[in-house]
Amino acid sequence: MTTATTSPTAARVDAARAEGRAALVGYLPVGFPDVETAVAAARTIVEAGVDVVELGLPYSDPVMDGPVIQAAVERALAGGVRVKDTLRTVEAVAATGVPVLVMTYWNPVLRYGVDAFARDLAAAGGAGLITPDLIPDEAGEWLTASDAHGLDRVFLVAPSSTTERLALTARASRGFVYAASTMGVTGVRTSVDAQARRLVEDTRRAGAERVCVGLGVSTPEQAAEVAGYADGVIVGSVLVRALLEAPTPAAGLARLGRVAEGLAAGVRGGAA
Amino acid sequence: MTSPPPGGFAAAAGAGPYFGDFGGRFVPEALIAALDELEAAYEKARHDPEFAAELARLHRTYTGRPSIITEVPRFARHCGNARVLLKREDLNHTGSHKINNVLGQALLTKRIGKTRVIAETGAGQHGVATATAAALFDLECVVYMGEEDTRRQALNVARMRLLGAEVVPVRTGSRTLKDAINEALRDWVTNVATTNYVFGTVAGPHPFPAMVRDFQRIIGEEARAQVLEITGALPDVVAACVGGGSNAIGIFHAFLDDPVRLVGLEAGGEGVATGRHAATITGGAPGVLHGARSYLLQDADGQTIESHSISAGLDYPGVGPEHAWLASTGRVEYRPVTDAAAMEAFLLLSRTEGIIPAIESAHALAGAIELGREAADAGRRDTILVNLSGRGDKDVATAARWFGLLDEGEL
Repeated sequence: MTTATTSPTAARVDAARAEGRAALVGYLPVGFPDVETAVAAARTIVEAGVDVVELGLPYSDPVMDGPVIQAAVERALAGGVRVKDTLRTVEAVAATGVPVLVMTYWNPVLRYGVDAFARDLAAAGGAGLITPDLIPDEAGEWLTASDAHGLDRVFLVAPSSTTERLALTARASRGFVYAASTMGVTGVRTSVDAQARRLVEDTRRAGAERVCVGLGVSTPEQAAEVAGYADGVIVGSVLVRALLEAPTPAAGLARLGRVAEGLAAGVRGGAA
Repeated sequence: MTSPPPGGFAAAAGAGPYFGDFGGRFVPEALIAALDELEAAYEKARHDPEFAAELARLHRTYTGRPSIITEVPRFARHCGNARVLLKREDLNHTGSHKINNVLGQALLTKRIGKTRVIAETGAGQHGVATATAAALFDLECVVYMGEEDTRRQALNVARMRLLGAEVVPVRTGSRTLKDAINEALRDWVTNVATTNYVFGTVAGPHPFPAMVRDFQRIIGEEARAQVLEITGALPDVVAACVGGGSNAIGIFHAFLDDPVRLVGLEAGGEGVATGRHAATITGGAPGVLHGARSYLLQDADGQTIESHSISAGLDYPGVGPEHAWLASTGRVEYRPVTDAAAMEAFLLLSRTEGIIPAIESAHALAGAIELGREAADAGRRDTILVNLSGRGDKDVATAARWFGLLDEGEL
């Protein structure tokens, strides 16, 4: 079910499409390097031209994440970040007016209570969830809760997905379908896998109205290339790395802003 | 106990993906195709007499099955004078029950046509078994092992390397088994086209819990017939240690629909009340970890809590979903055994019977001491079958430290 009219994320992707470009989706983990700086970081990427913010809920066992995001999340958890901090961060970032999706592994939501989490996320102004270790087949409770609270549900497809599974995932998703560009985990890569283009085409053919591509997109050139065939470009590790490698939080925010501006120019057809 | 399901517990346990409310596939979409492929290959293999014959031949000529039963009367005197029988999985090639599963999965890997296997390991037993099978079947082998465990079990690291495997120390998170599984899953997502994940226990996403159980069921099938032959009756109690739970499921399954008490002994570490333990069913709560819904040690936010046990093989904050179901139905009881109680049983079996058990298996022995004494207090003399899942060679250094067996200069 893709109820475009009620999905803020879909509306935002459509607005970018109306401008003749792909949307830029930017990932940052909650609580890294601390809760306040993470909020400032999200505002920074919004100002730089990110259309949709994806906030990562820090989790102890992030099996879909590579070394950069693992390192950031470990530091966030060591700093004492809690699930409630994610909801507070959602509220602060949603105030900028962009749709805010939470990227979360499933156990923290299960522990919170699926319906309770959906209720509190909606109350905080969140747009929905991206669920890297929840497939539609196991998502019964979440399908119900996301309908009840009007939330987007972004499921993933991969180059290994069969046609049947692409159709199943497209049907279950709302907002967009997240196409993993390559077989692997999150990270900065020198090139975006050529199979990403085919996956986007196959996913559309399977019924998806909006397909965004993530995993490994890290330069304006790559963003421009992916923007040529996808509805949105998802970037994460390259943003996190800007914060991770900076000597101070202020320097990190400055570097983050420049990186995000470059990627925003990339999806707009230019490489700054 | 709730009343047995129609058709009995063994039938109700079935072939997955769910065991009651537990099990399933909570993994990235990228892995679904590989899990489907594995499931289909396994479905075909388990109905193929050739596959069964090949596995049986390996059991007989390579592993040394059937493993024997040893009655241990001198040890049993400390168990309220119960009758205690050990199922000697420690005598298998590579020294534990792990080989039963690995040979099955290595044969499947060949059938699927993949050339590389990966595995996680805690104590090193599953890693050694996988490295062994990889050598036998000419497969490239990478074993992920928490850095903390590579220190605790250095001898097994050397064994795996001798066998030609690459051992990757994992330096993320708690640097133990849970993080080794995370890293193996990341490898698998990346290299799934060439690689089969030889999972070591009855946890993880479907089809692993059902498939690994089926490869371990031979333990209970043999033991049930052996005990009947030796004693003329079924045992009163079957005891096994539970980390992920593969040796326990393996011995329990043949008895699920018998009037036999089944007891799983979890690693109680420094005591469940201290919070420093690995007793997942006793001290955990339902949730999702490593691909399945089961019990796990977690905090109020659903973050995994690090487990603690003197036994690296039981030092895991999760447990197989079928155990979660068996616990919820009441068919199997789960009890914690502290490090101290396990080490006492470890020493006792060594001194009374000349058998040095794995510290993992010593938890089951400690359970037998407790259960035998409880029976004696109730005026019974029970027959207790204990799964001696592994041998203790790998644990000698740990034991030497625990008991102070070596002088400063000898360490």
